[in-house]
Amino acid sequence: MEFDNSKPIYLQIVDFFYENILKKRWEEEERIPSVREVAVMVEVNPNTAIRAFNHLQDLGVIHNKRGIGYFVSSDGYTKVLSIKRKEFMEQMLPDVFKKLSLLNISFDELKNVYNQQKNEEE
Amino acid sequence: MLTVKHLNFNYPKSRSVLQSINLDFTAGNIYGLFGKNGEGKSTLLKIMSGLLFPKHGSCSLDGYEMRKRDVQSLQHIFLVPEDFELPALSIRSFEKVQSCFYPLFSKTQFYQLIEEFQLSPNNIISKLSFGQKKKVLIAFGIATNTKLLLMDEPTNGLDIPSKSQFRKVMASVVDENKCIVISTHQVRDLHSLINHVVVLDNGRIAFDQSLDKVSDGLWFGKQPSNDTMEPIYSESSFGGKAIVPRLDKNETEVDLELLFNGILGAPDKIKEVMNQTQQNERV
Repeated sequence: MEFDNSKPIYLQIVDFFYENILKKRWEEEERIPSVREVAVMVEVNPNTAIRAFNHLQDLGVIHNKRGIGYFVSSDGYTKVLSIKRKEFMEQMLPDVFKKLSLLNISFDELKNVYNQQKNEEE
Repeated sequence: MLTVKHLNFNYPKSRSVLQSINLDFTAGNIYGLFGKNGEGKSTLLKIMSGLLFPKHGSCSLDGYEMRKRDVQSLQHIFLVPEDFELPALSIRSFEKVQSCFYPLFSKTQFYQLIEEFQLSPNNIISKLSFGQKKKVLIAFGIATNTKLLLMDEPTNGLDIPSKSQFRKVMASVVDENKCIVISTHQVRDLHSLINHVVVLDNGRIAFDQSLDKVSDGLWFGKQPSNDTMEPIYSESSFGGKAIVPRLDKNETEVDLELLFNGILGAPDKIKEVMNQTQQNERV
């Protein structure tokens, strides 16, 4: 895994989990790889991987079944969705708005591009 | 696990290389040992493995003095040196001759690693390239399953895919019972594995902290232009990256290169901030 330097590695691992859950690669109530498997997969110290697991467990996204392993919680997908939506609204959108006004792009213009893209996808 | 106390060392007729070194290596960690060329990193590893004897002070593994070279201590320690001579044997014969010294040696693990490193047990070691020889030694060192594994510049000579393989292997072998010490200049190769930093400078320990503590106390990155905080250390050539006290800022990943340069450039300021963080924790 390629890490970027601005964010702690454990949070980048958390993001990797989020992506897998949002893309339904890891379904709810499905067993996910173990701490050691994740550490090997992304080539980090297992202590760093444990931090990511603890963080996700505190948020209720995953849970531990003693002796069996970690599972995506039954409402894991909804939880991740709301976490990532909040992050987008609060952290990314303000930057986008700043850029829009800096480049003098109107909301209508943006809407057109958005609709166009939607049409192409369909 | 391995304790170094008041250690002094110098080679015959030369200035002292290591002065009053105190270190405590504990299980469950991967230590990164850093320092400029000639600061005594390899010397320290050699003392830790009983190859050199301290002039003063002691170095002991679970109570056994390394200088005595007791079987009880040597069977629990393995050093992958930077330079080495290996005999003109096949990998298989090498394993047969050497593995009996290590009670927890795992044949399965060794041959699995040899295969992962794309070597064959029939290869004659002396005919291999430097990087391939190094892989034999790394595989052997890991398979000994010693409590303490010391590695001097393990990624030197490894090709690009092998470095990633090396990280995967290291991530899979470290556990609560094992302590790994890696001395290196290749910070980028090993950054994600290390969780404790030891820096040697002028023959002394300039820094000895876990990365968790470092990221609690220090913030790494490009300071926003409206941030008036005086940086502890900054580098213009690094794209304006700086180290500042973290205080209530978001946690950042520790930039080991920047930290290393900061420790050499502004050692007192960094120590002060680290001490303060630890005091705040106690309160």
